[in-house]
Amino acid sequence: MRAIFFSTTFRTRLILQQCLISKRLNSIYSPSYGPGNFYHLDHVDLNESKFDKILIANRGEIACRVIRTCQAMGIKTVAVHSDIDHNSLFVKMADEAICIGPAPTKLSYLNEDAILNAVKSSGAQAVHPGYGFLSENTKFAKKLSDHNVEFIGPSSESILAMGDKIESKRIAKKANISMIPGFDGEVNDVEHCVQISRDIGYPVMIKASAGGGGKGMRVAWNDEEARENFKLCKGEAASSFGDDRLLVEKFIDNPRHIEFQILGDKQGNVFYLNERECSIQRRNQKVIEEAPSVFLDDITRRKMGEEAVQLAKAVGYYSAGMCTVEFMVDSQKNFYFLEMNTRLQVEHPITEATIGIDLVHQMIRVAKGHSLRFKQEDIKFHGWAIECRVYAEDPYKAFGLPSIGRLTSYKDPSFIPNVRCDSGITEGSEISLYYDPLICKLTTFGKNRSEALTTMAQALDAYVIRGVTNNIPLLRDIITEERFVKGDITTKYLPTVYPQGFKGKMLNDQERLSLTAVAACVAVKSSIRDGSFKNMLRQTVRSLPKTYTYEILLNDKKVLCHVKASAENKQFEVQIDDNIPVFIDDNFKLSDHVIHAHVNNEIIALQLFKMESTGNVTLIYLGTKYELRVLPEAAAKYMSIMPEKKAIDYASVLISPMPGIVKSVNVQVGQSVSDGQEVCIVEAMKMQNKLTAGRAGKVKFVGIKEGDTVEDGKILIELE
Amino acid sequence: MNLARNVLRNIAYLPQHIRPVTSAAIALKVKDEVKRKRELALLGGGVKRIEKQHQKGKLTARERLEVLLDPRSFSEYDMFIEHRCNDFGMDKEKYYGDSVITGSGLINGRPVYVFSQDFTVFGGSLSSVHAQKICKIMDQAMLVGAPVIGLNDSGGARIQEGVDSLAGYADIFQRNVLASGVIPQLSLIMGPCAGGAVYSPALTDFIFMVRQSSYLFITGPDVVQSVTNESVTQEELGGANSHMTKSGVAHFAYDNDIDTLLRTRELFNFLPLSNKDPTPIRECDDSPNRLVHALDTVIPLETTTAYDMKEVVHAIVDEHDFFEVMPDWAKNIIVVGIVANQPKSMAGCLDINASVKAARFVRFCDAFNIPLLTFVDVPGFLPGTSQEHNGIIRHGAKLLYAFAEATVPKITIITRKAYGGAYDVMSSKHLRGDMNYAWPTAEVAVMGAQGAVKIIFREGKNVKDKELEYIDKFANPFPAAVRGFVDDIIEPNQTRKRICRDLNLLAGKHLVNPRKKHANMPL
Repeated sequence: MRAIFFSTTFRTRLILQQCLISKRLNSIYSPSYGPGNFYHLDHVDLNESKFDKILIANRGEIACRVIRTCQAMGIKTVAVHSDIDHNSLFVKMADEAICIGPAPTKLSYLNEDAILNAVKSSGAQAVHPGYGFLSENTKFAKKLSDHNVEFIGPSSESILAMGDKIESKRIAKKANISMIPGFDGEVNDVEHCVQISRDIGYPVMIKASAGGGGKGMRVAWNDEEARENFKLCKGEAASSFGDDRLLVEKFIDNPRHIEFQILGDKQGNVFYLNERECSIQRRNQKVIEEAPSVFLDDITRRKMGEEAVQLAKAVGYYSAGMCTVEFMVDSQKNFYFLEMNTRLQVEHPITEATIGIDLVHQMIRVAKGHSLRFKQEDIKFHGWAIECRVYAEDPYKAFGLPSIGRLTSYKDPSFIPNVRCDSGITEGSEISLYYDPLICKLTTFGKNRSEALTTMAQALDAYVIRGVTNNIPLLRDIITEERFVKGDITTKYLPTVYPQGFKGKMLNDQERLSLTAVAACVAVKSSIRDGSFKNMLRQTVRSLPKTYTYEILLNDKKVLCHVKASAENKQFEVQIDDNIPVFIDDNFKLSDHVIHAHVNNEIIALQLFKMESTGNVTLIYLGTKYELRVLPEAAAKYMSIMPEKKAIDYASVLISPMPGIVKSVNVQVGQSVSDGQEVCIVEAMKMQNKLTAGRAGKVKFVGIKEGDTVEDGKILIELE
Repeated sequence: MNLARNVLRNIAYLPQHIRPVTSAAIALKVKDEVKRKRELALLGGGVKRIEKQHQKGKLTARERLEVLLDPRSFSEYDMFIEHRCNDFGMDKEKYYGDSVITGSGLINGRPVYVFSQDFTVFGGSLSSVHAQKICKIMDQAMLVGAPVIGLNDSGGARIQEGVDSLAGYADIFQRNVLASGVIPQLSLIMGPCAGGAVYSPALTDFIFMVRQSSYLFITGPDVVQSVTNESVTQEELGGANSHMTKSGVAHFAYDNDIDTLLRTRELFNFLPLSNKDPTPIRECDDSPNRLVHALDTVIPLETTTAYDMKEVVHAIVDEHDFFEVMPDWAKNIIVVGIVANQPKSMAGCLDINASVKAARFVRFCDAFNIPLLTFVDVPGFLPGTSQEHNGIIRHGAKLLYAFAEATVPKITIITRKAYGGAYDVMSSKHLRGDMNYAWPTAEVAVMGAQGAVKIIFREGKNVKDKELEYIDKFANPFPAAVRGFVDDIIEPNQTRKRICRDLNLLAGKHLVNPRKKHANMPL
């Protein structure tokens, strides 16, 4: 039996499931890495001494990532998981799996005792913590070393020194690293925070001392915001890290976020593996990363790299394995030390792709006591890599609010050459409220940036995700956006390029024409098929019409489409209004996940998301979902007579923008609220979201109370 | 032609007393008359009334047929008919074709008979000739074996005609009943449908309604007000929402006429033409061998956690093409050739409404040779005084009866719970189920562990241990499998493949019930 459960209720069922599942395992976790010689700089040496068994104290894609390298190295793996993760890919991939508790992270993935028990019972010699969870937890690292179990990562002392942002600043200052002006101490209370902020000068960044990944970080532009954000950050810091200490620092305008990958061994070698540019962020969380950075020249690169190594050495990083030193770089190429992460970073695949090193392999080797087998001179960029973080979130709301659901259909594009998918999910996986909504880290590489971007566009177009709202529309738009393509980016890229928020891809005339033409062909194919029965002897033999006429509505604009279907040429001729006819090959099926339409001999990729008999056709094109209404002539003629549907008055109702847990409700029925007044806070995926009234009025209905779990779209509060 | 016209014109110049009455002239006159009358008939109640109909957001009877049927496929009957009422000045107001349009046409190339009530003529009221027209196409539909679709938009009986109109209703009812189970009958309520008129749709197989513009009730709000003193709007009393969520009278409701008509075309494609015709098999690109991996994770770990059975159905059917009947009423059961308990609503318990909804659907499928696919996750019948006093015994028996009586291919998949009597009812092996499968998550038992232990071991010691023992014994598919009550335990991802194979195999099934006049179903 591969799993131990708290309740025996599931036991019988589990055995059965496991037996049945084990057969199809091999087919699902073929590593989706690109070219054969991916890690060319240092290959796995099976004769080298190694750990026999490693426990991975993490979940999802990073657990899968670590397990893959362990498999390549011939090391047995142990997965620990919460009960709702019992069916996850990483649990199936690991040689052993141990359930360590229920879904909430505090009771499972942050439950040090349960994980220690799992280490003991499985006999694992080392623990890989992945990122997040316990990866930078000194107490846990200490407990492991007390039990003579190797923690694959830095010593608890180095984590202590660097993981804590206040402490790390002191050390960096001492080591003469370029620093952002700020206050290196703990902020006592709201007024203290305001005082410090004034001393540094607005804008300032208030952030959790123990934080990372954008959680518990907020910018304040004035006293009022400083007060408000101090409170919000404190709450987030407490719930995310169990440590509500905050710090304040100068906020740099127009900055780029560039970080250096550092790798060291126990013999005292410390190298930098060049940079990653992670400037495309929303709410201080990275969305798209690339290596190299278009902005750095060799001199700056060397300067920054050497400073990063200097810092690593200053914290006594010799036993570390790996870390990342993050810098802010301004337009003059001045760089400031931001923070140091003593763990494997989410975006490590782009370094692996461009440098040619399996970082997890090196971490494990170093932890075992082996020295690095290459020198600083060997580290060179080979080509260009870009990573898009595909998240289960709605990009139309604040560039991404979390969504949840089951992946009813899921096909990743890893079959495309030079595409790597790091993902912990498969068709049928559930994206739950409890964990990070990451679906996949999609990495593409090429000889140069434009090649990597072209492949990225192909990969995003071929990515099939159903059942969960995802941010592909935004990713797909960014990678072809003018400023991004030029490399003109800062951490403020998103609010600058999309000042009104992301509204979906704006089609040009040609794209609009192609989309409409394909929709018309889909309607024709569907119409022909609707009358193609295999067993209807009494069907009147239909001579198919030569021309099909539809009225197609897209974004409030109507066009008339005449489609001539030629069975001999297997081609459609689509005449839209008085444009030049478009020719589309009849080479696709309505059930295809991705339609590669040959429009005037140019291939465009679309996905047929939904098609209804009422003429509603939803197509995904250039990442964005477009809803078209394709009506046959007779129906179109009369459509204007149909009454318009009444729209919901969004100003009077407050609707939950995402699934989450209600943290506080600040209004009661009968209370008067003003426009923009905070009425409740909903927490999802550790982000606290303040919801405000859409207009002034009296509260008519409150549908929630503190602690409630709410779904996306639920009516929370209604005004009279 | 031109020559003939000239002749006629020339004749017209002659003085009347010497004008020769030739047969050619008469023929030409008739021809013109036909044309004129046809044009008048096409206008129904006239331009003004058509405009009024449009202002209400409704299409006219003819426009509806244009949207419903394949282009240019409609051939009309009885266009020149006139009502025969001479009382109350009715003899002065006549419209060609009267207040209904009837005929035959095609939907995706397959024949269908239609009638469409014309609200612009006497408010669509039913005269004796109106009824006669409907009866004519129904008789013919029965004769050739083709479905009938009725588009209802009528103020009720033609009061001026009195008892003639009532007779007309009864004639239609009689035909509805005789046609039931012979040809599919669909009713679209696209305006008012009140009083005796409601029973014709009620006797048909499926009722579509249009939101905000259609009403079905025995007596309108005014009568309700005067008799029971209740004040209620038309919409509340008999609108689409009431019939979709409360009464269970309507099967489908859509936002407007066009959506409703296009959806009707969609449903029509699933139906056989008659009980002698095969269920249509349409071309499809979805492989019968497709493995559905998403199903492996659909059942939650906790046996008490709900999941959406529609996800299972959607994942299994061809290209997710699934037309749900009565989506808003008795949500605990979903049907379309497929009957399934819905754990998301009332834990999937069978109650009165669910039993009735499923029973009627099962009988429709059986009547028209549509195979039945049943997904079972049922913790039992819903307990409670309201259920018992309202006759869950009687209504539950309907579903049992329907499944037991059905002779079409029956495939059953137990996804999770199949407890107690409800297990038997849900197309079990014992009710002549052809293929009965269980997923590894299935539990076939008399009841849940807690209840069972209380009864088996009345003394309260070691209850937890006993429960675990019971769970080990029964909370899995083995007890049913060792007895042959399920034919196999299958991996969820194999389900589609197995069903497709079985349906192929079972196409040759031939089963006949004992001869009888008719059975005595527990109505």
